[in-house]
Amino acid sequence: MADAMREGTARGAGLAEILRDAGLYALVTLGLCIPIVSYRTDLSQTSALDLTPRWGVVAGLCGAIFALRLVQRMVLLRRDARRALTPAPRQATEAVDATPNAGQRISGLALPLFLGAALALPLVAALASGGLGPARYWIDLGILILTYVMLGWGLNIVVGLAGLLDLGYVAFYAVGAYTYALLATTFGLSFWLCLPLAGLAAALWGMLLGFPVLRLRGDYLAIVTLAFGEIIRLVLINWVDLTGGSAGISSIPRATFFGIPFTAGPNGFAATFGLSFDAMHRNVFLYYLILALALITNGVTLRLRRLPIGRAWEALREDEIACRSLGINTTTTKLTAFALGAMFGGFAGSFFAVRQGFISPESFNFLESAIILAIVVLGGMGSQVGVAVAAIAMVGGPELLRNLGFLKAVFGEGFDPNEYRLLLFGLAMVAMMVWRPRGLISVRMPSVALTQRRGVSGALVREGHG
Amino acid sequence: MSGVIDPREPVLTVEHLSMRFGGLLAVNDLSFEVRRGDITALIGPNGAGKTTVFNCITGFYKPTEGRLTLAHADGARHLLERLPNHAVNRRARVARTFQNIRLFSGMTVLENLLVAQHAPLMRASGFTVLGLLGLGGYRAAERAAIERARLWLDRIGLTPRADDPAGDLPYGAQRRLEIARAMCTEPVLLCLDEPAAGLNPRESAELTELLRRIRADGTSVLLIEHDMSVVMEISDHVVVLDYGVKIADGTPGAVRTDPRVVAAYLGVEDEEVEAVEAEVGLVLPSAGAEA
Ligand SMILES: Nc1ncnc2c1ncn2[C@@H]1O[C@H](COP(=O)(O)OP(=O)(O)OP(=O)(O)O)[C@@H](O)[C@H]1O
Ligand SMILES: [Mg+2]
Repeated sequence: MADAMREGTARGAGLAEILRDAGLYALVTLGLCIPIVSYRTDLSQTSALDLTPRWGVVAGLCGAIFALRLVQRMVLLRRDARRALTPAPRQATEAVDATPNAGQRISGLALPLFLGAALALPLVAALASGGLGPARYWIDLGILILTYVMLGWGLNIVVGLAGLLDLGYVAFYAVGAYTYALLATTFGLSFWLCLPLAGLAAALWGMLLGFPVLRLRGDYLAIVTLAFGEIIRLVLINWVDLTGGSAGISSIPRATFFGIPFTAGPNGFAATFGLSFDAMHRNVFLYYLILALALITNGVTLRLRRLPIGRAWEALREDEIACRSLGINTTTTKLTAFALGAMFGGFAGSFFAVRQGFISPESFNFLESAIILAIVVLGGMGSQVGVAVAAIAMVGGPELLRNLGFLKAVFGEGFDPNEYRLLLFGLAMVAMMVWRPRGLISVRMPSVALTQRRGVSGALVREGHG
Repeated sequence: MSGVIDPREPVLTVEHLSMRFGGLLAVNDLSFEVRRGDITALIGPNGAGKTTVFNCITGFYKPTEGRLTLAHADGARHLLERLPNHAVNRRARVARTFQNIRLFSGMTVLENLLVAQHAPLMRASGFTVLGLLGLGGYRAAERAAIERARLWLDRIGLTPRADDPAGDLPYGAQRRLEIARAMCTEPVLLCLDEPAAGLNPRESAELTELLRRIRADGTSVLLIEHDMSVVMEISDHVVVLDYGVKIADGTPGAVRTDPRVVAAYLGVEDEEVEAVEAEVGLVLPSAGAEA
């Protein structure tokens, strides 16, 4: 479609053609508007249908579409003219825009910058808002974002490195959360003991999912993993004896500072360290906990990429048949990717349970999987920095909008951007598809170099077939 | 099994190999041998079943019938049709290239050669566990693997491009890299599916040089090739396939003049068949039936 369009403009489409095209779009809009928009139906008191004609709105919509299409064609025309002057250096490969953008150029600096910002956030927030209490909003937002960063990094192993499209990642998040909740409430095990157990349980489930889907590829794999996510959720709802059903599990033991509870009593955290009690201590601790977990995920992933297993994952994404011809057991390679990705999901899940103190199946619906996958795809599959940026944008973005006062002035007092989250998702996805089809950071850094490590253009990197 | 091993003994023995796809018998009761230290060529017109034979040998297809035996110099024998796909490379040490190049195009040239050394590196990294903790000899093993890769890069003349993505290389270089990648698995038998396809004469000459070198270093080669100049120049033994059936088997010189081979290759064009018939002085049964 895009190709056809470009070809069309390349042939030197005149203004008349563009006008005709925009007119066509307006006409289609009109056709769509007639049944949907043109009459507003209200039930009157006599329960008869009142039809209110709204032809003004229809005209406005058609006009808007006409104008937008006109502008789009103009912009495309200008861009193509510019492209024609500077031919792409590499015509033989796929015509995907892969020139390094600003994001890629700063990505070397990005890591220390992010790390510094993340470490300093609670302090800065406390200083800026005058005390830990008022800084709560920022610290909680930080926790939320970091949870998604961690989930994104975990899923990145499966989707970004091994190229296996997993639409049911939230299942492992749920397994981790329930493992911690059940172990802690029934056996009274501590968080630090439950954390590895939750990771192991999730990894086990990852293998369980891995086995049946090993032979599937592409769409089929996506469908089965999606179903797996739903099955886990339905099991959680229906196995009432174990999981409490839709009521969930409440009064999960809260996080302690390595055994010292965050309470006001004489044995509490504040008293032990000679501080005055503040309920926010726990949140700050949780913030640094998830930061540490996320950094561990990142560190392990970066290390794995340089080990043979990581290279085998990427090779699997590039070409599975070639892998087998080189003696790589693709079955175990895929299973380890599933298991490790799931393990990090399990860690994040048990963190979620210890933070909330309450979990129910509702927290683990498909939308969560979709958000995590969107983070990986938007970030640029396989890129750690890209995933972090995408998580901040996807999770922090709507929050940011909420705080913009002028939006309320424009859209009315009751404007809540969270209600528009899906719309924003959609817009972000479409925008990315148009401008950065390979994600924010589309350059792949090689895992090893003979002389100098140079980024590989995203146009050459395959996205996997399964 | 021990004792003196004849250096001319077969490294690969194909016995009564048949491969059926639904109603199509792509390979029909094929038997031949690849002798150790030889370059054996498998030739035949398009659709003769050559790639299918390769896929059976390398474990991508399970043959409908037949036995494929691979013998190592130490006497160990592997029945290839019983091995799982990846084990054909890892245990039986058979490596291959593909008719349509299958490189890891988004990975660098060097990375491609390291992926090929997966098994030894995996062992050195303690199956990831030790490597993750930074213990054991993984670093040394990786350095050795890079050295081996570098050796092959020097041989195929791609050392300056080691850090470029494989997908960015020109076609001829990609073909050579695929061969080097297969060689990095340290195979006993190397199967090449049309390595000279799409190469210019200079690249073809470089390829024959490379294959000679591989043979000299002790790896036996099984080669599918359409470029007869390459086949005649370097192969020690030629097996000719037509419609899944072996029609000739012998030295390049003998096969070149075999009337059935000539007919199979030229069979499409009537005048040429007549010319060949006249030259060979023989009326072929198939050509006669068609006429
Ligand atoms: N997986 C398959 N399923 C069905 N038929 C197949 C399959 N693979 C090969 N064939 C058929 O088997 C026959 C032999 O194919 P093959 O690819 O082995 O020929 P080839 O000798 O390698 O030809 P070429 O020189 O064109 O590469 C062809 O008719 C092909 O269509
Ligand atoms: Mg073929």
